[in-house]
Amino acid sequence: MLSVVARRGLYMLVTLAVVSVLSFAIIAAPPGSALSQKISQLQSQGGEVTEAQIVALKEQYGVDDSWFTQYGKWITGFWHGDFGFSFTLNEPVSSVIWSRLALSVLLSIGALLIAWGLSIPLGVYSATHRHTLPDSVITVIQFIGVAIPEFLFALVVMSLAAHYLGTDVGGLFSNDYADAPWGWGKFVDLLGHLWVPLIVIAAGSTAWLTRVMRANLLDVLNNQYVQTARAKGVAERQVIWKHAVRNSLHPLVMTFGTTFPVLISGEAIVSIVLNLPTIGPLLVNSLLNKDMYVAGTILLLLSALLVIGNFVADLLLTVVDPRIRFGE
Amino acid sequence: MTTTPAPVIETSPPSAPADAGSGAATLPQWRLMARRFRKNRLAVASAIVLVVLYACAILAPFLSPNSYDQQDADLKNASPTSITWSGGPAICSRQQQLDTETFSYKYRSDCGQSVPLRFFGEGYHYKLFGLIPTNRHLVTVDKPNTLLLWGADSAGRDVFARSMQGARVSLTIGLLGVAVGTFLGATVGTISGYFRGAVDTVLQRFIELLTSLPTLPLWLALAAILPQDMSVTGRYFLITLILSLVGWAGLARQIRGKVMSYAASDYVAAARIAGSSSARIVFRHLIPNASSHIVATAMLAVPATIISETSLSFLGVGMLPPAVSWGVLLSDAQSVSTVQQYPWLLIPAALVVIAVICFQLIGDGLRDAVDPYG
Repeated sequence: MLSVVARRGLYMLVTLAVVSVLSFAIIAAPPGSALSQKISQLQSQGGEVTEAQIVALKEQYGVDDSWFTQYGKWITGFWHGDFGFSFTLNEPVSSVIWSRLALSVLLSIGALLIAWGLSIPLGVYSATHRHTLPDSVITVIQFIGVAIPEFLFALVVMSLAAHYLGTDVGGLFSNDYADAPWGWGKFVDLLGHLWVPLIVIAAGSTAWLTRVMRANLLDVLNNQYVQTARAKGVAERQVIWKHAVRNSLHPLVMTFGTTFPVLISGEAIVSIVLNLPTIGPLLVNSLLNKDMYVAGTILLLLSALLVIGNFVADLLLTVVDPRIRFGE
Repeated sequence: MTTTPAPVIETSPPSAPADAGSGAATLPQWRLMARRFRKNRLAVASAIVLVVLYACAILAPFLSPNSYDQQDADLKNASPTSITWSGGPAICSRQQQLDTETFSYKYRSDCGQSVPLRFFGEGYHYKLFGLIPTNRHLVTVDKPNTLLLWGADSAGRDVFARSMQGARVSLTIGLLGVAVGTFLGATVGTISGYFRGAVDTVLQRFIELLTSLPTLPLWLALAAILPQDMSVTGRYFLITLILSLVGWAGLARQIRGKVMSYAASDYVAAARIAGSSSARIVFRHLIPNASSHIVATAMLAVPATIISETSLSFLGVGMLPPAVSWGVLLSDAQSVSTVQQYPWLLIPAALVVIAVICFQLIGDGLRDAVDPYG
């Protein structure tokens, strides 16, 4: 068990190191970044003060240094929470990123819980009622759910909500509460705005996981121990939920590692459509403006999240599956 | 739950190919697969729909009454033309009016004054298949009227013509991206699965690294570092490359599994004992055996690539105007108010969904046809 944890931990660190180099390579690649624009803008102003500023900027970000030194400066900043400076927002990256990242993670985890909460019962029902009408309906919905791009689904849900509920569901708060202090009313308002993104982000994964769950359970139900359990007179409900479902959950836990990146990606694109203050719109804007310290930091932090998520999924798997714990 | 009947366990194996006819034993493998595929009605229907879509893409200028990039200030955000019947299919004539209160254009249809549709009439000049110069179109109307089947966008361009033109990019970028990705994936997967050992470990760690990256942000970052002033074709190929670079990892992993199981089989051992080189075993035995799986897996990867291209273009970092793709068209419909006022701008989205569902169903059908017991 301990050796498994140690090995996975080592992989995690190596992966993070490689990802950080990759993120920085993407930051440093394009010409005409926001930093060089800032410098040329200062140069055109001239004067003694700006001269000093330019020198300081060049010194701080190592503009004239080698690629490796620039990377070193950026990555060592991470230890004390200094991710560089956003030249389009005129703020340190660290001060814009945390609240947005928190909301992104919150939305993704919420969507993950919804996806699991729906897909397990739906998948079980679908598998135990094969070739019935509800099963076919679930299958059709799954196909459509996987086929609709998230941004499109977000647009459609938003238009429908605006049309039938008469509310603007974009953003996090209505105009009345945007600047109000925290209170019960504001909280309810927040929930009223959060359900749309949660459902939209969860939809695709729910469809996909339901399919996985149905296929898994069908596999497991064909096993002999299920037949044995039935033969010795165990109630059908117990056979399904205690014997079969427990064993068909493993692949679902394993897919945590692949579901989470999908959710984070979905969250990014949905937030852009729904105008939510999460990491997604910030990433797209920073990329479009070539504000590369923001973009690189987001890329690295998101990857770090996923790597850690994978690590946790591996640990979870060793907990639920004794074969992994004791094997190897 | 307790009242529901015990689920029936289907113990009988799926119908063996031998039932299909007495001659089945002598049929080559691919004929058996084709036979199994044809039995899957949904997959066959999807294949037909896709053939129609591709035909539309090829025949785009012939099908569209208006040029896809022709702007018309008199038809800004015009709604779809209403079709009526007056001694034959016809359209209602319409007039643009400026609403002086809201300063937006309103259109008034007058179905009393109908304009007949002409089939195979003359319109703007183009080259059919890029070769034959002609000016015949499937349906046209007499000037000054304009036939806008799916309405017009904010510059007065025909959404139908643009959707057909956009199909050319959207329907090929998925196939091309997957083709590149499959080539990479098949190569790496075969190497990894056949040689095992240190090579395998290194490749697998690398694949693990790639799959643990957040796909969309990575695509966004890679697409954003492409220069903005690239030519349309250059951008098309680079976007294809970016989409396939991220997607090949999953394919490589699946193919590795297949190759591993084949490499452990008796006939490979026999070939090795007979003195076959590794190259011969790989190209003669492993790849032909795995090819059907490779095709099925690749087909299942096409929908994701189409969705990705659409999403990237929607966000303004994939294909950029003046290029036309379904994603570029949808990027006009970014806000709720636009969607509510001009719902026809979302029609390209329906095409995306149809294409994606068809590719999924074909992929499923292929997978079942290739591996009926899997």
